[in-house]
Amino acid sequence: MAAKNEPDTPGLGDVLEKVKEAGPQHVKWLQNPFETQLWRSIFRHKLDETPRNRSLAVLSNVFLHLHPAKINRDAVRYTFTWGMGGITFYLFLILTFTGVALMFYYHPDKANAFRDILAIKNDVPFGNLLRNLHRWAAHSMIITVWMHQMRVFMTGSYKPPREFNWNIGVILLLITMLLSFTGYLLPDDQLGFWAVTVGTNMARATPLIGHEGPFGPQIGATPFNDIRFAMLGGSIVDANALLRAYIWHCVGLPLIGGTFMIVHFWRIRKDGSISGPAPVMLASEVPTAKGRR
Amino acid sequence: MDWKQLWDITTAPDNVPIVILGILTPFYLWYGFREAVRNDRLITQLEADPALAKTHHRRHQPYHPAWDKTVHVWPYLLRIEFLAALIVTAALIVWAVYFDAPLEEPSNPTLTMNPAKAPWYFLGLQEMLVYFDPWIAGVMLPNVIVVGLMAIPYMDTSPLGNGYYTWKQRKFALSGFMFGYLVLWLALAFVGTFIRGPGWMWFWPGETWDAHRVVHEVNVHLHEIVGLTDPVQIGIFGGVVTLGFMAVAGGVTDTLLRKYKPELFRKMNLVQYLHLVGFLVCMSALPVKMFLKLALGIKYVWVTPWFNV
Ligand code: HEM
Repeated sequence: MAAKNEPDTPGLGDVLEKVKEAGPQHVKWLQNPFETQLWRSIFRHKLDETPRNRSLAVLSNVFLHLHPAKINRDAVRYTFTWGMGGITFYLFLILTFTGVALMFYYHPDKANAFRDILAIKNDVPFGNLLRNLHRWAAHSMIITVWMHQMRVFMTGSYKPPREFNWNIGVILLLITMLLSFTGYLLPDDQLGFWAVTVGTNMARATPLIGHEGPFGPQIGATPFNDIRFAMLGGSIVDANALLRAYIWHCVGLPLIGGTFMIVHFWRIRKDGSISGPAPVMLASEVPTAKGRR
Repeated sequence: MDWKQLWDITTAPDNVPIVILGILTPFYLWYGFREAVRNDRLITQLEADPALAKTHHRRHQPYHPAWDKTVHVWPYLLRIEFLAALIVTAALIVWAVYFDAPLEEPSNPTLTMNPAKAPWYFLGLQEMLVYFDPWIAGVMLPNVIVVGLMAIPYMDTSPLGNGYYTWKQRKFALSGFMFGYLVLWLALAFVGTFIRGPGWMWFWPGETWDAHRVVHEVNVHLHEIVGLTDPVQIGIFGGVVTLGFMAVAGGVTDTLLRKYKPELFRKMNLVQYLHLVGFLVCMSALPVKMFLKLALGIKYVWVTPWFNV
């Protein structure tokens, strides 16, 4: 090895040296990838099954830290939550994912909308599967959100301190159904068109602000200025209605819904995790003094 | 018996979800009430034995004094979530492979669909349109439902049954909710899906949908039965009947509540109590109007130039 002590440019010898080192180094990396700088830069804890690592796995992860590090041992029981809230959220994620993919192939205007769906069905690779997944995930989300609400009611989980989270839930219920409803119009076929026509026609009858509603005409509501006009961007279900449904469906409602979901999850933690399965309480144990908290 | 008709409705891709719901709902009702029965048994036992109540483990789940009260989310919760995600994904893929999302002809404003049905999850509302004008069925009722749901936690003052299934301690709350959800919402959605055919007419399951069926619906208004003709009198009469119904129903509800749920009455303040009675009256108005319409053929109770009830 020539010129070892001299501070000049590394020569061929140094390169060979590096190559020789590289072999054992790779073996070491592959044998223990968890010790590499790359791994450590991503995960800030070890993998061994110690309580510390198990906690860190949750707490040092932005997505998982919606969970606390530890929960009540009974709270994981399927018999209590039926997993319905979690499944609802998972379906929302699937819908976001498949929905974004569908957006690549869809133009929200009368000339293209229907044809785009035909293309998705027939020409786009896996397009039909994608569309079916989106459709059935949406229907499933309605089913699971209803079941979730039924479970929350049956376990009395809306009682203090969770009254407010129940209210957030009602808003989420509404948003879930509106998401499905706005999506129904997008294929611009007979099914969606008439469902939305029937649905929005009811808005005509809104008291005061609908042109066929009680006292609507008397205070000047017409088909061209009432609440239905505002919903449809016109007096009939047409191009503007399609665009509005699209924007609510793809941007507005998911953003609002996502925000409320974050609040929902945050409140579950702030309200002391999920409500049970709690120890049963006897009627004789109810504090008699008026007022609570 | 037209089996094909029944099969067509049941397997229409957009109806598959409500069929699934029709299977899942009874299952989870049973699943939840099974827990309730177990807890109720425990409650009865502890109530009978105050000494035991001081020391006994208060849940029916398996229990061992040496076990930790808490478990790590990683892995004990996350593995469940992961498994659930796998199962849901697999089920969805199977569903999506076997059933195509429907796509009809391009939209055509000049060609009305008959029947023009909303998606199944709104069919409860659409069915209510049979009994009430759109300003009630389509606007007021949905708002009352939403506000009513939101008000539940503020009206239910009982601290019992918070975080565990029980029937014994929450008979009234559970029956109220289940009546609203299962009967007034789900059952109507099922009627809308499986019973209503062309012209929104009533076809029993298995009856052929006949788009040309003519029914002589004898719709009368209540004031016609009484024989009123003067619009002013009609308006006043309808108002008295409608508001009278509300008042009487409210009075009956109040009497029943105080008779059978005195502790409930005592615990609530006036605002809570009046809202509870109000929501119960609204809830009862639907079946009452359904009865008037279906059994007696009465369409409107209250006719005015501005709105009808
Ligand atoms: C997009 C819709 C929704 C999502 C994604 C969602 C998600 C969740 C999740 C993941 C939980 C944790 C426990 C569980 O899985 O059951 C939960 C709990 C809860 N949810 Fe929802 N939820 C939604 C809608 C609703 C609705 C419609 C209600 C009621 C009107 C509601 C009320 C509650 C309450 C009160 C809790 C606390 C339960 C307890 O402490 O036992 N949520 N939600």
